[in-house]
Amino acid sequence: MPATHHLTTPLSRDIIRTLHAGDLVFITGTVYAARDAAHKRMIEALDRGESLPFDPVGQIIYYVGPTPAKPGKPIGSAGPTTSGRMDAYAPRLMELGLAGMIGKGNRSKTVMDAIRNNVCVYFAATGGAAALISRCITSYTVLAWPELGPEALAVMTVENFPATVVADCYGGDLYEEGKKPYQSI
Amino acid sequence: MREISVELIRDTVARLAMEACCRLPKSTLDAMRRARESELSPTGRDVLDQLIENAGIAASENVPICQDTGLAVVFADIGQDVHITGGLFEDAVNDGIAKGYTEGYLRKSSVAEPLFERKNTGDNTPAIIHIRLVEGDRITLRLAPKGAGSENKGALHMLVPADGIEGVKKAVVETVRHAGASPCPPMVIGVGIGGNMETACLCAKKACARDADSRNPDPRYAKLEDELLELVNRLGTGPAGLGGSVTAFKVNVEFCATHIASLPVAVNINCNAARHAEAVL
Repeated sequence: MPATHHLTTPLSRDIIRTLHAGDLVFITGTVYAARDAAHKRMIEALDRGESLPFDPVGQIIYYVGPTPAKPGKPIGSAGPTTSGRMDAYAPRLMELGLAGMIGKGNRSKTVMDAIRNNVCVYFAATGGAAALISRCITSYTVLAWPELGPEALAVMTVENFPATVVADCYGGDLYEEGKKPYQSI
Repeated sequence: MREISVELIRDTVARLAMEACCRLPKSTLDAMRRARESELSPTGRDVLDQLIENAGIAASENVPICQDTGLAVVFADIGQDVHITGGLFEDAVNDGIAKGYTEGYLRKSSVAEPLFERKNTGDNTPAIIHIRLVEGDRITLRLAPKGAGSENKGALHMLVPADGIEGVKKAVVETVRHAGASPCPPMVIGVGIGGNMETACLCAKKACARDADSRNPDPRYAKLEDELLELVNRLGTGPAGLGGSVTAFKVNVEFCATHIASLPVAVNINCNAARHAEAVL
């Protein structure tokens, strides 16, 4: 039976060890927003020996590129983007202490191994539920590379952000397990 | 000869962009509600509840259904008896996209060049415009914004005639299996059969921009649509890829004439936010 967890960021390794594929979580606190171009720039910065614009230890990155905020709103629609495009970059960030990722879609074997080896967690948010999800985001501030527009690195505050544990630190993979009872081809 | 001004085309395209991105078509919403009734997985039903609630919020607050408001694909059927006045048709469409995506607070997701700088054009232009000259003195504009999560999971299979119907089914099922959770299931799947490389892909795009309650007028292809839907729903991918009995709302098939040696099959996947809006000028 999947458990429900109320999580506050940053996440400790002890907390991550309580999470299992299929569990529901509601995340509150600071979450970082980054997708393709911001990841490329973070890795390029590390390659040059520079530090990242934020300390990734215990933090969660949400793979998102929101729509522009309407006047008076902190953010526009903000659902998850496809995580697989960040597979080339994610292991390096996990090695630096990144605790979790929120996105949608399957990850590479390299990423799944890195999640296990570094005691991390991968959450899925519901792709397509962008207007609903944005109600859980109370602030959105660009941290670096504003010229990237929706792809800029940003820091967000979230309240009871709903997600599902897809990949846990024990090798559990909900995308593989979840379909089995319904698969007949 | 009937005159239609570029201003009217521009303003119509702008309105269609905002409408398509914020209001899920009734046919997609109905398909979502039917899926909510038939889905066997409790998690899948929760996902569908979220998607139905999301569509309601988007419509009532006039905000985008999905943050990926896509590249703007425009199907333009232009009557041969129309005279477009005041400028170029393609400029009018692109002006409309820029206006709609800017004034509608839609995301600008277009980069000018794919490989070296990938610089965002800033206004979501250029649109991808498919023009067809047709009878009459009207212009039909169908705008189908298309996100990359689903677009990236499409595929073209250059089959040969001996592969036959079974080959087509296998191509579609394996493309959807490989897509997994990434294209935001439940999907509307467009399949283009026949033609050559580019027409098969265009057929698939037209198919996935069709309504989720539409059927191919040829009964053989309508039956194939049903059979393909039944097959992909046996993959178990389910809503959001978390497992379930509804992986696709609908499979739409379009076909066209092809070479004696060819059987191209293109699969273009649309996400659960299967969006489009249409106007006739």
